[in-house]
Amino acid sequence: MAQVKVYSTPTCPWCIRVKQFLTENNISFEDYDVGTDQAKAEEMIQKSGQMGVPVVDIDGTIIVGFDKEKIKATLGL
Amino acid sequence: MYDLIIVGAGPAGITAAVYAARKRMQLLVISKDIGGQAAWSGDIENYTGYQFISGPELAAKFEEHMRQYNIALKENESVNGIRKTQNVITVTTEKGSYECRSLIIASGKRTRELNVPGEKEYKNKGLTYCATCDGPLFADKDVAVIGGGNSALDAALQLVNIASKVYMVNNVSVLGGDAIMREKLEVNLKVTIFNDSRVKAILGDKMVKALRINTAQGEKELAVQGVFVEVGLIPNSEFAKDLDKNKLGEIRINPQNETNIPGTNSKMLKKKIIKIGNKGIEAIAIKLLTKTFVLLRGSKGYIMCGYLNLKVAQKFQDAAAKIVGVASIEDALKAQIHSCTPQAKKIGIKPGQPVKDALRIIA
Repeated sequence: MAQVKVYSTPTCPWCIRVKQFLTENNISFEDYDVGTDQAKAEEMIQKSGQMGVPVVDIDGTIIVGFDKEKIKATLGL
Repeated sequence: MYDLIIVGAGPAGITAAVYAARKRMQLLVISKDIGGQAAWSGDIENYTGYQFISGPELAAKFEEHMRQYNIALKENESVNGIRKTQNVITVTTEKGSYECRSLIIASGKRTRELNVPGEKEYKNKGLTYCATCDGPLFADKDVAVIGGGNSALDAALQLVNIASKVYMVNNVSVLGGDAIMREKLEVNLKVTIFNDSRVKAILGDKMVKALRINTAQGEKELAVQGVFVEVGLIPNSEFAKDLDKNKLGEIRINPQNETNIPGTNSKMLKKKIIKIGNKGIEAIAIKLLTKTFVLLRGSKGYIMCGYLNLKVAQKFQDAAAKIVGVASIEDALKAQIHSCTPQAKKIGIKPGQPVKDALRIIA
């Protein structure tokens, strides 16, 4: 089972969609609100080299934005 | 083949989809995202029926409404071309092509870029086009909002609750947008407004560190970690290569929302409007297929003028009055009223009356 982390803000439409997509596909994930969790915000910037949300970390593969095809390919869906 | 394809799933596209689904039309919605600009908005306080709702919440309600119906939806797909041959319209995307009898274009607009040095380098590295999405990442930081219209005011109002300082850089002498939003910002101690100012460059190392602006008092450098660009919108209409557009790239349509190619409607409302002498009167010249006709519109009603067939005339049942045999604005102004509705009679318009007199009544 892949370890999936989603770095998001509560108001970002693409964040909502990415989480919906993972849930619909029965993928469990950790959700970090980088608007309130400063440490996780730093971690996200460190990993992705940028500040845009959402960022999805699938076993170390970093995907910026809701890139459905890339998420599917990385998860083998 | 679908009866109808709708390009775009913002408020206009979703509304069209709900209407079409209730008419049991075979329809397909193709869209890059759902909710359009509404989804990217902060607080929405001018959508009738909701005194207050956030953009993402309103977009979710639109989507929920659409999904009540069994509507075929291709999400995450961008249309890159439309073509009409005889009675079939073919819509192509990067993933496939779809055929329909009629097409509604509700593809909306997207954020305009600043086109200054540093913009591309620092995109998502402190520079963003969405305060709703990325705003929370700038807690207790100093930020700048570029722009002075409603979108910029909306972004700044979101950021005053998050950031420690908000600069507004507006290229004209006063802020635009709604007074109710402006007033909230003008009294907020976190906000500094630079009017008559333009961005020269975005500066930084790995991330944004500063913003260089030209003000009436000379050049300034503002130390900021975030830059939010809200300098207007450009239409997503590049794929509609065969349709008539204005110089802004907006698709030209007639009052029935039809483009120059029959069967292709657009939700973008733009007409050729000419202000004429009478105060409060607009003359709208519309070319429909090969015929031109004119609407003379005032605040109390409108007068339809021109050679029209019955089908077109039926669409103007609510016109205050009608005149026939006229094909230009100049002719319309010299003509006499041919017939009028009971409502028109009540306000003093009558058959045989010079159009100029009737205009005074509807102004």
